[in-house]
Amino acid sequence: MGESQSRHLLGIAGLERPAIQALLDRAAAMQRRPPEKLLAGRRVLVLFYEPSTRTRTSFEVAARRLGAETVSVTASASSIEKGESLLDTVYTLRAMAVDAIIMRHGESGAPFLVARHVDVPVINAGDGMHEHPTQALLDAFTILRHKGRIAGLNVAIVGDILHSRVARSNLWLLSRFGARVRLCGPPSLLPAEFAALGAGIECHHQLEPALDGADVVMVLRIQMERMREAFFPSEAEYVHYYSVTAERLRLARPDAIVMHPGPMIRGVEIGAEVADSPQSVIREQVENGVLIRMAVLEQLLAPAEAAEKSA
Amino acid sequence: MNLILQGGRLFDPASGRDETGDLVIQEDKIRDLGPGIAAAGPGVLDCRGLIVCPGFIDLHVHLREPGQEYKETIESGTRAAAAGGFTAVCAMPNTHPVNDGAGATAYLIQRAKEIGAARVYPVGAITQGSRGEALAAIGAMRRAGAVALSDDGRPVMNGQILRRAMEYAARFGLPIVEHAEDLNLSAGGVMHEGAAALRLGLRGISAESEAAMVARDILLAERCGARLHIAHLSTAASVRLVAAAKARGVPVTAEVTPHHLTLTDEDIRDYDANFKMNPPLRAAADREAVIAALADGTIDAVATDHAPHAQHEKAQEFSRAPFGVIGLETALPLVLRLVAAGRLTLRRALDALTARPAQVFNLPGGRLEPGAVADVTVFAPQETWVCDPARGFSKSRNTPFAGQTLAGRVRHTIVAGRVVYSAG
Ligand SMILES: [Zn+2]
Repeated sequence: MGESQSRHLLGIAGLERPAIQALLDRAAAMQRRPPEKLLAGRRVLVLFYEPSTRTRTSFEVAARRLGAETVSVTASASSIEKGESLLDTVYTLRAMAVDAIIMRHGESGAPFLVARHVDVPVINAGDGMHEHPTQALLDAFTILRHKGRIAGLNVAIVGDILHSRVARSNLWLLSRFGARVRLCGPPSLLPAEFAALGAGIECHHQLEPALDGADVVMVLRIQMERMREAFFPSEAEYVHYYSVTAERLRLARPDAIVMHPGPMIRGVEIGAEVADSPQSVIREQVENGVLIRMAVLEQLLAPAEAAEKSA
Repeated sequence: MNLILQGGRLFDPASGRDETGDLVIQEDKIRDLGPGIAAAGPGVLDCRGLIVCPGFIDLHVHLREPGQEYKETIESGTRAAAAGGFTAVCAMPNTHPVNDGAGATAYLIQRAKEIGAARVYPVGAITQGSRGEALAAIGAMRRAGAVALSDDGRPVMNGQILRRAMEYAARFGLPIVEHAEDLNLSAGGVMHEGAAALRLGLRGISAESEAAMVARDILLAERCGARLHIAHLSTAASVRLVAAAKARGVPVTAEVTPHHLTLTDEDIRDYDANFKMNPPLRAAADREAVIAALADGTIDAVATDHAPHAQHEKAQEFSRAPFGVIGLETALPLVLRLVAAGRLTLRRALDALTARPAQVFNLPGGRLEPGAVADVTVFAPQETWVCDPARGFSKSRNTPFAGQTLAGRVRHTIVAGRVVYSAG
């Protein structure tokens, strides 16, 4: 979809497998040898309409390591006027001679709107319930570090699938690379139509069969406001049926890794002993996030120079 | 003053007339029609190769005046109507303020007469301010010229209020037009609930949120003996309910929009809010069902739900942009697309734009016969053109069909014997 997806990173759904592979390969190369400052003299706008210390910081660090200057604007700051339209804000900020816009927004599709109206690359850092492409890329990178492959793996994604942009980006990437994706959550948060979104996707409403023999267990945050919307009765009920505890994790393969995009709440969606176990790669996900985001920035802002260096 | 439409294909869906001939208009009435009845001379429009049919009647438009003249006015809206072949439009009352009284109703009719582009038949509000609480001045609006009642834009959520309105309106023979949507079931939704909404991460409006309300309304209409008209029917489930009600003899009618006949939820691309309307574009199976229902008469009429919005309002995040698309100037070619695809006969297609809507709201027009009002549309069924909303008559440009090549073009629109539009 989209006129110019290749100029932007709006979502995994619009990316072909070779483009994804190239980003994963470049991140791996950067891990072996720190990249040069190919983006020196460039300015990147980090525009966040939702609070997220983790993702915003990760992008800022990635941009600076490549030599770029970052301008961070958050919704709470006075620079975004109350009631001003997204496009008016973007036009104003674009005038500050930025070379790319990294944006996080609470509404699905907001980066698509911006991408249609500006002449610089737009990187989606999470839009509503839609996509979080760099999260899926860093998750794939992390899985590859541990498993060496994605094809044929059983990956369980547990939690509030309906409202999760992380789940969507991951299911597209993983299914495109041949994994079996087992989505798991209460039926109210996991409509059956999810199975139609890609090849090899299963919907599970019970946790045990979803974990059985899994190679990767991805745990998603559960927001308690979903109770007020009657998606499930209480935190206690959720924990009882869907919390990934040490005991339940024993259903997965002994070498299974456990992932979480954060922020996580120990004792709710994930047992504390699981989060801190040797199987947990949650801290490593954070480190890999910077590598992936460097690869993305380099690919969109300095593709020619990057190709030269890696040749 | 006489006007002669010469040598066209005279097509009257109600009578089944389909023959090449002339149509003679005297003053504001059709005097005669048939093969070889008129000679050439002054006041003659050459209609060879064109279809001459009754003027189209749209049961559902939003003219936005008073209150939102930056989106549309009675003038721009009725000129768009004329350009689309519509000689009469029914104006929904959700203006600012809401049309819930005789004054606003009379003003609409008066203003449309001054402009002289298309007839405007006001639809009055069911409840005061369309707030769903107290009944609006139904009798006074009827006396001022209202042809139906609706709180369109929203449903009457309180079933007891709707029941009272039905009972009261039955005394005047006024149809109750329901925007069928259970607001609890649809809360927060911005597009049809299904795989496409899951993929886009947009909140869904379930098919059941419409059908549940259609079911309730049919039960109430059956009890009250009221005329119920379902606005912009969009789901297979609603079709089944209306078909069953009609089979029982319940006085229910329904309309469908050109966009629900031609697009589905899978057509929404890149979060373009010009594809956002309420009810939303539905699943392919729903589209199939409404086409079949239009063909077999379960759905009576095609109505545009012409809903203009300014560009800055649509150039927003999909979930924040307002619902609605314009439709007056693209309705004919979209309906003809179904005829070309073999899904609809030309007779049924034109019936759904003329005679049937006239019957549904008990309006004049909709027929080509001696003595009938001279509201006539002349169009070139095969002529293609590219939809460019910047060149339209509507003040707004919010159409999902921009850039598409459409077949079927209005050449002349005649209201009360006067040519109000001719293609340039
Ligand atoms: Zn409506």
